[in-house]
Amino acid sequence: MVNIAFFVFAAILLASAVRVITAKNPVHSVLFLILAFFSAAALFVLIGAEFVAMILVIVYVGAVAVLFLFVVMMLDINFQELRHGFLRYMPVGLVVGGILAVELGFLAATQLIGPVEAAGGPTAIPPVSELTNTQAIGHILYTDYVYAFQASGLILLVAMIGAIVLTLRSRKGVRRQEIGQQLDRKRDQVVAVRKVPTRGGV
Amino acid sequence: MLEVGLSHYLILSAVLFTIGVFGIFLNRKNVIIILMSVEMILLAVNINLVAFSVYLNDLVGQIFTMFILTVAAAEAAIGLAILVVYFRNRGTIAVEDINMMKG
Repeated sequence: MVNIAFFVFAAILLASAVRVITAKNPVHSVLFLILAFFSAAALFVLIGAEFVAMILVIVYVGAVAVLFLFVVMMLDINFQELRHGFLRYMPVGLVVGGILAVELGFLAATQLIGPVEAAGGPTAIPPVSELTNTQAIGHILYTDYVYAFQASGLILLVAMIGAIVLTLRSRKGVRRQEIGQQLDRKRDQVVAVRKVPTRGGV
Repeated sequence: MLEVGLSHYLILSAVLFTIGVFGIFLNRKNVIIILMSVEMILLAVNINLVAFSVYLNDLVGQIFTMFILTVAAAEAAIGLAILVVYFRNRGTIAVEDINMMKG
């Protein structure tokens, strides 16, 4: 059953990955990217890494993919024009991709990856009956890797500030409410009393 | 029935990596698709790390997966912000036109 599930999710993952790079409409690309991330999360659940699977769904599907979708829909781009070189770059891409695939195939064929021996040690995965995956990760992440954890938080902060600084702009000619000026003005600056003659108008 | 092992996950991630690299070449003009291809390459790396983590019985692989995820999210945010600013200034996102800094 687990084997069938693996092959089903792997097939969905690869098919949607192919559609991401070949879809004509970038919105479809983003949606297939979301499907690919979901399938990868399912594979992680199958292998027993539940926490990483959930993080993948939350971070990638919930944040990154939605960000992509947002940008794709916000920018008014003629995507047909961007596809002009599609066939021209195809041979180069096929050559490079083919070489890469062949190299990786050689690695798989050399039987380097025999039956691996499970290592013990302080970071070994405890059995699920003792400790869940999330608890086990927490035990290691907040002790041995606490500095790396803090550094990743710093990276996120820098990325956030960078993104805001990049996209923030002050427009010219926009009328904004200036509360200081509004409160500061005196009566005689804004109200004038005129003596209006009869049948004369102002 | 074939038993799913470490090599299955490694082959899967190798194929996904190749698709990602192929996507960069295929969509040379479209920065958004290139960024998505980079995300897929990072996903392939993550699959590799998690598979080795489980089959070597060592949790550190999953911890590093989370760090990769963090960096990938930061990279996507900054990349898309640069893209938005570039589009605002030039009205296009074609990669060939990005040559303002060429002397």
